[in-house]
Amino acid sequence: MKHVKTLNTQTLNHTVKKGGCGECQTSCQSACKTSCTVGNQVCEQKK
Amino acid sequence: MALIHQYRNNGYHIVLDVYSGAVHVVDRLCYDVIRGLREQNEDQTAESLADPRTAEELLRFLGQAYSSEDILDALCEVRELTEAGRLFTRDVYEPYIDEVKKRKTVVKALCLHIAHDCNLACRYCFAEEGEYHGRRALMSYEVGKKALDFLIANSGNRRNLEVDFFGGEPLMNWQVVKDLVAYGREQEALHGKHFRFTVTTNGVLLNDEIQDFINAEMDNVVLSLDGRKEVNDRMRPFRNGKGSYDLIVPKYRRLADSRNQERYYVRGTFTRDNLDFSEDVLHMADLGFRQISMEPVVGQETDPYAIRSEDLPRIFEEYDKLARIMVERERSGKGFQFFHFMIDLEGGPCVAKRLSGCGSGTEYLAVTPWGDLYPCHQFVGDEKFLMGNVDEGVKRPEIADAFRECSVYSKEKCRNCFAKFYCSGGCMANSYHFHGTIHDAYEIGCEMQRKRIECAIMMKAALAE
Repeated sequence: MKHVKTLNTQTLNHTVKKGGCGECQTSCQSACKTSCTVGNQVCEQKK
Repeated sequence: MALIHQYRNNGYHIVLDVYSGAVHVVDRLCYDVIRGLREQNEDQTAESLADPRTAEELLRFLGQAYSSEDILDALCEVRELTEAGRLFTRDVYEPYIDEVKKRKTVVKALCLHIAHDCNLACRYCFAEEGEYHGRRALMSYEVGKKALDFLIANSGNRRNLEVDFFGGEPLMNWQVVKDLVAYGREQEALHGKHFRFTVTTNGVLLNDEIQDFINAEMDNVVLSLDGRKEVNDRMRPFRNGKGSYDLIVPKYRRLADSRNQERYYVRGTFTRDNLDFSEDVLHMADLGFRQISMEPVVGQETDPYAIRSEDLPRIFEEYDKLARIMVERERSGKGFQFFHFMIDLEGGPCVAKRLSGCGSGTEYLAVTPWGDLYPCHQFVGDEKFLMGNVDEGVKRPEIADAFRECSVYSKEKCRNCFAKFYCSGGCMANSYHFHGTIHDAYEIGCEMQRKRIECAIMMKAALAE
């Protein structure tokens, strides 16, 4: 594309069916403790 | 409804399609084309974009600024993205929320308040110098052991279990920490579990022996430091008023190096007394730290150090400045991680995780020194949220149910927010402390969160060049 560069190839909705295993880290646990940041977490299945 | 967020930052034109999660870096023309199309109809579809009337209206809207050929060319690309499900996508998750809420949750993480006592007297401490509106106390080995047993018993098929040794200051009760880690390791094989232990410390009591143990056993260690010496020592003094910087910084540097600059954070808090906090982050980077976190303080309006809404423009400038400098440093091989600018656009968490948030009250519980259970460390001491104890387990499941109900769809303020799948509705404790309900949002925190996400995405765009 001439006008657009897309930074990611995956879309969120593909995770609806296979997601939700619950093995990922608890979001507040490791570094913040006073906010909630989920978008920076790594999916345990993709590690 | 579709939800698109467009913004400019550091010379980049960025378009975030919220429901697909697609992030597009576009030129100015395409940015304006998308803006024009949204003004016509926020819910464009591949069909409406192919309608000649859409093109005609767009040409009227932008014809003064760009050539017709260029506008139609960009429109064609926008249509391609829309057909591919990467722009103007609809919310397909709201029906899914019931499934997420109904799912059986297990307890997978505990915050063990190993010591309700502290050897520092930080002025902004939500734990009130470790005491949490209560008395000074250290967790006994017996209580800690019961907490680990409770976690194992309530964790279902979940293999990875997280235990954070928190306080107060956990190093003031170090022998119990060591004994509990040993107990946890014994139990792992018996129950097919794996413990991920972490510790959050102010560093005062850190020594070689503790460092070796942390390196052998702890998946992560959070080291509290607010940045520059004068900033740190103003907010993080000993009880006699003396600053802590000179004592802790050499120990932190040794510890970070001994862990190969991995699996740790130096973690600071900024207040309205150091709104130039990017200097503190950079100071910590210049000290050699590669994993840095810096949180805005959360305080009531009456606290002199609390962030106020009038501080936000200044804070946004600081985040912008920090992001620009981090890009430069990364390009020159001197990069470092800043927790709040980390974003995984490609392999981030699944939608279920993004909908369900931090897990407090359901998957994550805090345990007091005497074994009481609370939804998270920030509710400790508030009897309304006392859920049970390690002897009898959860006695008030209605509290867990209330937390399970909480999601980006239960909060009106989240409905049209572009950041909702990155913060998952924000911190429920902050919501409760500002609005008296977990189903609201702390607006100042939201504003900062949105800014950080914008900066994080801009950095991805810059570093993808």
